[in-house]
Amino acid sequence: MKPRGHRNHAHYWAFVLHRVSGLLLALFIPVHFYVLGMAIESATRLDGFLSWTNTPLVKLAETMLVVLLAAHLTGGLRLMALEFFGTRESSKTAVAIGTGIALVVGLTFLLNVR
Amino acid sequence: MSNTIKVSVWRGQTEGAFEDFEVPRQPSQTVLDVITYIQRNIDPTLSYRFACRVGVCGSCAMTVNGRPRWTCRTHVDKVATDGTLQVSPLRNLEVVKDLACDMTEFFNKMNRAEGKFHPTKSRDDDFDMVLPDDPKRKQASQGIECIGCGVCYAACDVVEWNKDYLGPAALNRAWTLVNDVRDGGNAERIAAVSGDGGCHACHSQQGCVEHCPKHISPTHSIAGLKRAVAKSALKGIFGGDD
Ligand code: SF4
Ligand code: SF4
Ligand code: FES
Repeated sequence: MKPRGHRNHAHYWAFVLHRVSGLLLALFIPVHFYVLGMAIESATRLDGFLSWTNTPLVKLAETMLVVLLAAHLTGGLRLMALEFFGTRESSKTAVAIGTGIALVVGLTFLLNVR
Repeated sequence: MSNTIKVSVWRGQTEGAFEDFEVPRQPSQTVLDVITYIQRNIDPTLSYRFACRVGVCGSCAMTVNGRPRWTCRTHVDKVATDGTLQVSPLRNLEVVKDLACDMTEFFNKMNRAEGKFHPTKSRDDDFDMVLPDDPKRKQASQGIECIGCGVCYAACDVVEWNKDYLGPAALNRAWTLVNDVRDGGNAERIAAVSGDGGCHACHSQQGCVEHCPKHISPTHSIAGLKRAVAKSALKGIFGGDD
């Protein structure tokens, strides 16, 4: 007997998004440092790697990454507004705006990739 | 509106099963009316709890179609969208029998959060002036209408994950007292709410806010406690007057 209906609301999904984006970003950090390390070690390897990142699939993955970053950032700002300033008004609107900004940032990135 | 409604009601304790009943529909019928009908007309052994029937006492909360609710003020029309009801006891509490939960832990946690008044004056002292537009009074006002129904406690995932978590209602109560100028127990209270199961365990998911029938926001009260704890820690380090 585990009714789950109590979780179906905007703030819960915002919480899930914040957690999942945080975890995925944390997983990405080692990869990020690995690539940075390449830059120090060998320019040709880095160039090779960078040309690989120009393939559409990797670009798409990068866009996802940007969306995750933006989502985690706006989610964090929303929480800080709530916890530090006790902002009460339109907190569901804040969830919507945060998600919106994240998607717009992702789209802008996608449109700017050559 | 069909003439009857199908109701699945939890029978037993932690172990048990749903039992189906068919109850006549009435205009403006509440979920509590439905449960009462079953007990009075079909099965007198059904156990549940209520008192005021008008949303004051906080004793009638149950899980209705997956969500915690005060059943005396929940209309069947509003929740039985597909014409059926499933009623079970509140989550996160021991079940005594059928729909009645043991609220002991819930109320003990109010005590553990120092959710009780610490008087500072005797009958010989003058009254404290508490003006309605005083900022502290306003903060307190946003949380004092709690009826202790346990709906928030049942809606909170952290309560489920961490058995020591004091929970939204107890912390909300503590916050109203932090803002009570007549109270002298803040040092104990801040210590009580800053431990492992205290305010910092809250994830601000707001399941409590979503479901509180009195439209209280325990999340904001808990955020207030987090600020109060931080302030008192800073005072501890850098000194300052209180
Ligand atoms: S906001 Fe905090 S107290 Fe309220 S349901 Fe979420 S974790 Fe529990
Ligand atoms: S805060 Fe709301 S949901 Fe929680 S016990 Fe009080 S009235 Fe019930
Ligand atoms: S019976 Fe008193 S609040 Fe529902």
